[in-house]
Amino acid sequence: MIQFNLNGKEVEVKDDPNTPLLWVLRDSLGLKGTKFGCGKALCGACTVHLADTTVRSCSFPVRYAEGKSITTIEGLGDAERLHIVQAAWIEEQVPQCGYCQPGFVMAAVKLLERNPDPTEEDINNAITNLCRCGTYSRIKKAIHTAARNIKAQN
Amino acid sequence: MKKKAASMLFKKKWPQGILVLVVLLFTSASAFTIKGLTSVSKEYRTITPVQENEQRSLKLFREVTKVLRHARCINCHPSDNFPRQGDGDETHRHLMNVQRGPEDRGMLGMQCTNCHQSSNNEASGVPGAPEPDNPDLSRWHLAPLSMGWMGLTDAELGARLLDKEQNGGMNPEDLVEHMKDDPLVLWGWNPGSDREPIPISHDDFIKILEEWVATGAHVPEQ
Repeated sequence: MIQFNLNGKEVEVKDDPNTPLLWVLRDSLGLKGTKFGCGKALCGACTVHLADTTVRSCSFPVRYAEGKSITTIEGLGDAERLHIVQAAWIEEQVPQCGYCQPGFVMAAVKLLERNPDPTEEDINNAITNLCRCGTYSRIKKAIHTAARNIKAQN
Repeated sequence: MKKKAASMLFKKKWPQGILVLVVLLFTSASAFTIKGLTSVSKEYRTITPVQENEQRSLKLFREVTKVLRHARCINCHPSDNFPRQGDGDETHRHLMNVQRGPEDRGMLGMQCTNCHQSSNNEASGVPGAPEPDNPDLSRWHLAPLSMGWMGLTDAELGARLLDKEQNGGMNPEDLVEHMKDDPLVLWGWNPGSDREPIPISHDDFIKILEEWVATGAHVPEQ
């Protein structure tokens, strides 16, 4: 039995300890927002938060989640209470097919938590997720928009 | 008569003089020779093992460099800010614009441990290694820039390896301990997936290192 905090709630799972966290989230816990992309920790579609950092859950055995705090796209906000980054994503109409976007949003949230006013270079260095639709320019715009909105809020 | 007597005296005394002279010469020459031989012999006994040790040490260092330059080691000892991936001729910059970052652990938002955990992940193929004192904590990171080995000659590599200013304050014995126990070093013999492990056994590598240190930890000067 492996216990961890998921989106603010304590959960227990019986999966094999080496099961990638991605599949535990999707198959055992029914949270389908985190996506499978490459399965090799390269594309970033499976990005979730682990405490104060991000991990690529396709390459993160669930045993390492024991006692930790995990946040997925479902725990970030909802339709009534959007996270400021989700709101910026809508404002800039970022997604095309949308498949990879949860990973981008999770990566952007962590970047802005630690660097509230990132430059283009900071974004390039911090977010290396892949988008087959090529929405990168809008993703960058949305991150800058979110940064402005965070600044205005404070 | 006087002339004859003098002649006799000459005849008698000359061989004696020669004898004395020969004895003196022989004695002094022998003394010189023995002294000289003794001196050379001492030097021979002292210097030659050192020379042999130095040659042996240099030879062993060449074997050490083969391991240090193997992809499993040098990929994370770059002389620039980009880790490498791949084996041999297929070595390339780490995909996804992975960079050194300010603490050798990646850039903010794109750190080594975002993907590399404390053990190899056979499902995704992503390698990992633990901190020595915590098997659940990932140790994955780049060697500091001062320990970058790419593009160095043997002499430069040796100098960098032995320079305490650049190697984290380690003397040669500490280097051996580092190679013996550091989980990131040991990972080179258990790299997971289809990566090529270090081609000689870890035990043999340590024996080579220990003998290299015992013979003076010599590295080439040029």
